[in-house]
Amino acid sequence: MYKKSAETLKTPKTSAIWLNFLGSMNLAITLLLALSVASIIGTVLQQNQPYTDYVIKFGPFWFEVFQQLGLYDVYSASWFLLILFFLVVSTSTCVYRNAPGMLREMREYRQSIQLETLQKMPNSVSWQLNRSLDEVQQVAQQILPHNGFSARTTVTDSFRLVAGMKGAGSRLGYVFTHVAIVLICIGGLIDGNAILKAREMLGQIVPETENIPANQVPMISRLGLDNLSFRGSVSVPEGSQSNVLFINYKEGYLVQGLPFSIEVKDFRIEHYASGQPKSFESDLLLHDSRLAEPLEQTISVNHPLIYDGYSIYQASFSDGGSSIELQVWPLSGGGNQQQKLNVTVGNDVQVNLAGQPWVLETSDFRLFNINPSQDPAKKFQNVGPSVQFKMRDKTGAAKEFMNYMLPIERAGAYYYLSGVRSSPAEEFRYLYIPMDEAGGLGRFNTFLRLLNDQDVLQKVVAKQGILDQPLPTKDSAQFNQAMLKLVALFMQEGIDGVMSQVDKNVPVEKREGVAQLYVRVLQQILGAVYVEVLADEGVDISLGIDEKKAAFFDDASAAIGAITRYGSPVYFQLVNFKHKQASGLQIAKAPGKLLVYPGCAMLILGVFLMFYAPQQRLWLRLQETEQEVSVVFAGHAERNGLDFADQFRQIQAQFERVLTT
Amino acid sequence: MTSIQAALKSELERDAFWKGLSLFDWLWSIITVLSTAYAYTNYAPLMDVYEKVILVASSASLIVLGWHWKAIRQLSLLVFVLSLFGISRYVNGLSDAETDFFLRFLVSSQSAIMWMSALYVLATVTYFAAFIARSDFVAKVASAMTWSATVMGLVGLMVRWRESYLIGLDVGHIPVSNLYEVFILFSIITALLYLFYERRYQTRVLGGFVLLVISAAVAFLLWYTFDRQAADIQPLVPALKSYWMKIHVPANFIGYGAFALAAMVAVAYLIRFNAEKGDSNSLAMTLPELDVLDDLMYKSIALGFAFFTLATILGALWAAEAWGGYWSWDPKETWALIVWLNYAAWLHMRLTKGWRGKPMAAWAIVGLFVTLFAFLGVNMFLSGLHSYGEL
Repeated sequence: MYKKSAETLKTPKTSAIWLNFLGSMNLAITLLLALSVASIIGTVLQQNQPYTDYVIKFGPFWFEVFQQLGLYDVYSASWFLLILFFLVVSTSTCVYRNAPGMLREMREYRQSIQLETLQKMPNSVSWQLNRSLDEVQQVAQQILPHNGFSARTTVTDSFRLVAGMKGAGSRLGYVFTHVAIVLICIGGLIDGNAILKAREMLGQIVPETENIPANQVPMISRLGLDNLSFRGSVSVPEGSQSNVLFINYKEGYLVQGLPFSIEVKDFRIEHYASGQPKSFESDLLLHDSRLAEPLEQTISVNHPLIYDGYSIYQASFSDGGSSIELQVWPLSGGGNQQQKLNVTVGNDVQVNLAGQPWVLETSDFRLFNINPSQDPAKKFQNVGPSVQFKMRDKTGAAKEFMNYMLPIERAGAYYYLSGVRSSPAEEFRYLYIPMDEAGGLGRFNTFLRLLNDQDVLQKVVAKQGILDQPLPTKDSAQFNQAMLKLVALFMQEGIDGVMSQVDKNVPVEKREGVAQLYVRVLQQILGAVYVEVLADEGVDISLGIDEKKAAFFDDASAAIGAITRYGSPVYFQLVNFKHKQASGLQIAKAPGKLLVYPGCAMLILGVFLMFYAPQQRLWLRLQETEQEVSVVFAGHAERNGLDFADQFRQIQAQFERVLTT
Repeated sequence: MTSIQAALKSELERDAFWKGLSLFDWLWSIITVLSTAYAYTNYAPLMDVYEKVILVASSASLIVLGWHWKAIRQLSLLVFVLSLFGISRYVNGLSDAETDFFLRFLVSSQSAIMWMSALYVLATVTYFAAFIARSDFVAKVASAMTWSATVMGLVGLMVRWRESYLIGLDVGHIPVSNLYEVFILFSIITALLYLFYERRYQTRVLGGFVLLVISAAVAFLLWYTFDRQAADIQPLVPALKSYWMKIHVPANFIGYGAFALAAMVAVAYLIRFNAEKGDSNSLAMTLPELDVLDDLMYKSIALGFAFFTLATILGALWAAEAWGGYWSWDPKETWALIVWLNYAAWLHMRLTKGWRGKPMAAWAIVGLFVTLFAFLGVNMFLSGLHSYGEL
């Protein structure tokens, strides 16, 4: 008997405890703060980077720990979703427990309030008036609405009560804000990737990690039209179309199908006069079998195309396979054979350069390069087109190059620039090849060729009188031989090679002198060869060399000295191109916003109602006492006590002016 | 009619809002309406429908604001006249800023902003002098300086707006697009919020405390101007070219300004709180009563929270249009959420748990640091989509 009743008592108690716990303010505050802390982690630790970056950063042990904790994608980690889930539950419980009471109270005028309660209120005053009950009641019924209070009157045998209320909205504000939070969280969960994660856990999908064409991606990495919400991107070259998207997911990607196909007709970048980009635009054609004819629209940043619940955004741009014509200038081993090479951005070609097989991987072409300007009057300048490519040798090692089409000015002279780096993490280092007076690379090429030509060198060296006094013939021949070797060393290993040779063979105390001598000798020979080059061109040098040609010599010598560090046996000059761009589109489907947007509206409305329509109550209790009316006027406000006290005094003064004068 | 009914009738008519409006109030509204109409008819082709709505709505809010806070009328008219004067001095293009006397020393955006900076710093010093000397007169001078600084700051922004169009029709934009411009906006909004409460609570002792934050902002602004040449007007990146900027950014800065105000009031609160036990004649006891400070702190956090909520939601809607999703967990977004959660927790503690006093004041100060990180720290230490104001 006893036991049974205990059990029946227990059941409601447990649920009450749960309800109490879930709806408690402590839990809510804890969740708010937990969410803050989790969010901080997500901003401090850069999210969704390649896993290898994390391994480098944290080492293998901590990498594993952090991965298990889901710290690389905090916002879709299960514990984060759990916090959000509890926030939704806690808020809902809170609304469930409080809203009915609040909504009731909104309509409630508290007409049954006791006299003592009124007298004890902080804002309370009483008068003895020589008036009739009706008169006072009438005044009260007008003064209260005049101050924005709606009033209800109760008449009993012993007393009359005029009860006023204002700011019922504040209670509504409470309901709105809390329901809004629930709506926004649920909407956000729908649009987030929680569902995708669940499907992955169930083994229904596996991200693809290989870089393969979309149509070769297996079914397990594909998402169909039934996928509720997603956000993916696709790069569509001008003149092409796509009916799939790519969604980056963990270490790989997923392919999302679309019920339509999107074609990019044209992509445009407009620039400001100063050179910075002004707008990115794509002319789109949307093909859908449900449409009589394709939908045509231009999108730009901030102006997406919305179609059938899908939003299509201009997100980025890239090269869509431009055709590039390259002129090949040999840099080592001499030879003046010049070939032209046609490549397409995104495609790899095999080429034979200086007797070795190379793979040329053209990765990007840019029509404009807006760089910081040297000119103080202008911030930026356009230095024209450039091509970016990798050259991979037979061992598989690659260097990356960036060559500008147009010569670039530096301190009055013009150069063809070629940047080189060994890894994307490095900055480009530039080779400055001086432009000749014809605007080309001809003179530099001839100079280089003659420097590799033994006959020319022999002739030049023989003519030189490097040392001040003449030498005996035998010594002279030896010395000439040494000079030729020096030149050859310079051509093969650059100025660095010459210097390390000095370091290796010469005692420390003599190094400086010898190095200076070597440099002088080299300068003299190079100068003499340069004179040959100019003579070849038919330049009259009987009156000496002008400043420009002298500067060219210095620049060319410096460039030749750096060739060994350049890392490619040839220089590819960008001579012609046919530009073709690709527009990076982002396509999103977010049905959750049907909850989120109304939620946002409710939140704003609710917050303003809560703060700026505070609930206030006033009561006038009238009682007849021997020819007089005894009046108790009292007021109560949930919040903003100081303001309300002020307001109460003002209304009190109104009553006093009307009733007591 | 009995006497009581007559008295009631006169009482009911006495405080009618419309009756309280003076001739100047009406004149003010007419000027505002006429200038809005002028702007509308002249520049309608340059505006999209949202921008037209924003123009009309801000004009209406300005009228109502002027009715409720009378000083706004004088402020606006002064800004109006000075800005028009500044704009009219530009005849041959931007180079006039170097040659024209008035532009060079008073109303070009650069000069006006320098005036603003100098006046805010002076006002801070003067407020503190008034506080220490317990002088009402000096405090009034400080108020006047704060008002003047605010006028010059607003003139600076207005003229800068015009200057951006002088660079090129396609470059022109509202000056709330980078860190330099929003720092000016922040100073002005914080000052205005303070001035509002100064009148409301009839106390000038808090001036120095609040203006301390503004002076710090000015110090940053000057460093940013001279060390980084941040004052140059830059054209907008495509993502910022939207009407959303006109509402998202100001709403955000009402939030930031209000949070800054709350934190400085909290500092005053703590000082007074510690002084309560000691000498009742000490300087700290000239600060407003703890109740008043507490109330002011709550009010400004509530105001800040309301506008910050609005701003964050506007930001989300803008993101949905520009970045393809209303929420991307971008560091700036995330920190906005953290700020929001922090103040949401603060408000819950106060409103439902009834917390008051020292811990809440300390929390409000911590809140300012959280806000500061969201405002500046994110740009300095974290990278993301919001990289418009990189340091």
